[in-house]
Amino acid sequence: MTDLTDLTLAEAREGLAKKSFSARELTQAHLDAVAKARALNAYVLETPEKALAMADASDARLAKGEAGPLEGLPIGVKDLFCTEGVRSTACSRILDDFTPRYESTVTANLWRAGAVMLGKINCDEFAMGSSNETSAFGPVVSPWRRAGSDAALVPGGSSGGSAAAVSARLALAATATDTGGSIRQPAAFTGTVGIKPTYGRCSRWGIVAFASSLDQAGPITKSVEDAAMMLQAMAGPDAKDTTCADMPVPDYRAAVSRGVRGLRIGIPKEYRVEGMPAEIEALWQQGQDWLRAAGAEMVEISLPHTKYALPAYYIVAPAEASSNLARYDGVRYGLRVPGRDITDMYEMTRAEGFGREVKRRVMIGTYVLSAGYYDAYYLRAQKIRTLIKRDFEEAYAAGVDAILTPATPSAAFGIGEKGSGDPVEMYLNDIFTVTVNMAGLPGISVPAGFDAQGLPLGLQLIGRAFDEETLFATGRVIEEAAGRVTYPQPWWG
Amino acid sequence: MSVDTDTVRRIARLARIRVTDEDVPHLQGELNAILAFVEQLSEVDVEGVEPMTSVTPMRIKTREDGVADGDKADDIVANAPVTEDHFFVVPKVVE
Repeated sequence: MTDLTDLTLAEAREGLAKKSFSARELTQAHLDAVAKARALNAYVLETPEKALAMADASDARLAKGEAGPLEGLPIGVKDLFCTEGVRSTACSRILDDFTPRYESTVTANLWRAGAVMLGKINCDEFAMGSSNETSAFGPVVSPWRRAGSDAALVPGGSSGGSAAAVSARLALAATATDTGGSIRQPAAFTGTVGIKPTYGRCSRWGIVAFASSLDQAGPITKSVEDAAMMLQAMAGPDAKDTTCADMPVPDYRAAVSRGVRGLRIGIPKEYRVEGMPAEIEALWQQGQDWLRAAGAEMVEISLPHTKYALPAYYIVAPAEASSNLARYDGVRYGLRVPGRDITDMYEMTRAEGFGREVKRRVMIGTYVLSAGYYDAYYLRAQKIRTLIKRDFEEAYAAGVDAILTPATPSAAFGIGEKGSGDPVEMYLNDIFTVTVNMAGLPGISVPAGFDAQGLPLGLQLIGRAFDEETLFATGRVIEEAAGRVTYPQPWWG
Repeated sequence: MSVDTDTVRRIARLARIRVTDEDVPHLQGELNAILAFVEQLSEVDVEGVEPMTSVTPMRIKTREDGVADGDKADDIVANAPVTEDHFFVVPKVVE
């Protein structure tokens, strides 16, 4: 029998159905792998007892023929999702030992489908980062290394722990969130699949808020089919989130094998940015050739406001963050640092509890919303957001079904390599992904090849609002053409 | 636009984050790097463009104004650093 941790979610489900192994065996194999991989720092809390109890319950349901769609399949949960009775920190000191008395809607949906929780997974503090280096628990180390080098690389961020865990086979799949690229960029860096669904597809209830008009949950998985299975369970209407769409979730798994014959794929000329490495350009070209060979038509399109998406994002996201993070005041939950009076207590608590990147963004957000600057910054950025969305609407109205772009401007970089002097250097990682959040559209990153040093590279597909199905179908064609990714052999223990 | 050290201190006060004298120069540098980066937005013609208020064309859901939940005082104070009889305790506010 092959190692149970090498299976995809779909293969593991089949194995359970055929009784080739039990949910307990599958879960134990993953718990063992997690315990041996602490050097990667992917998990911030392991929950083996809970995992085994959930696995036993799954085995009982499997035996009775009452299995849910994800019955007995062990997954990891980004520590941004609140989990009842299990410490949830957003990887920030300010939440301290916060232990929610409630369960986020997305994770509740997953448990209802039968999934098993292995533990809570590392991420950037409050999901603010592109390398998982801002976490209060320290950086996540990617299981990937450059050929012939043992330098530690980042797995991307903010869902870096999720991407590292899946590519190191420490979970069959993991939950993640994406505000500016935090699912798709780490997926691209680790040879995994990551989908950010349309804004409103997944409930945000019980997920620690960063920028409420941009945040969306989604999965990181080993295959497009697995991503379809995970999103199917995670998505759906929720009365507790007023921005969650009251729309039925289509059969995503059925869409995976639909093919791309007759589809028109837009190639936006503005994504051909100055200084783009030749191998990214070649990968993009390769993706177009694969889709053309499968029967799709490539259409050159223009999204003229693309270059303004990232700067507009760095006004909108910090502004919303400064408002959302006002709740961390040392009164209702989390850390409290004593002070002379109440204001002193607030200021000391927030100085001690927030890391550098979070402070920076809260302060930028406070500035752009402050009296006298609101119109010049925030209002202007929201107008530009309207223009960015209009660009996409015009492309889709002209008959484009999906848009193909590179997922990231480079492969993974080293820990400590970027952004120490100038924060903008790190922000540029999200240049191809952030437009999608600004327009509320769905986007998927699919592994499509490797750079000269053997590191994975991804391609991104952007869909029409609420048309994740076309992304699964198109992503599957790229995945099939590129071939299954061989994940790194465990050098970590 | 760029910020001076007094503005950095003023923003920190508004954000309720204590900064030390040593923090101010590097924060000033980082904030100005971000402000310089977003400066390019001023070249976009936004005349007559509506600011975005909702990213998807949806109507905010409404519900009946009734009690849907309650009786959870234990849960609500469970994670607070200091409490007394279901109250959050804070430093003295009124003299």
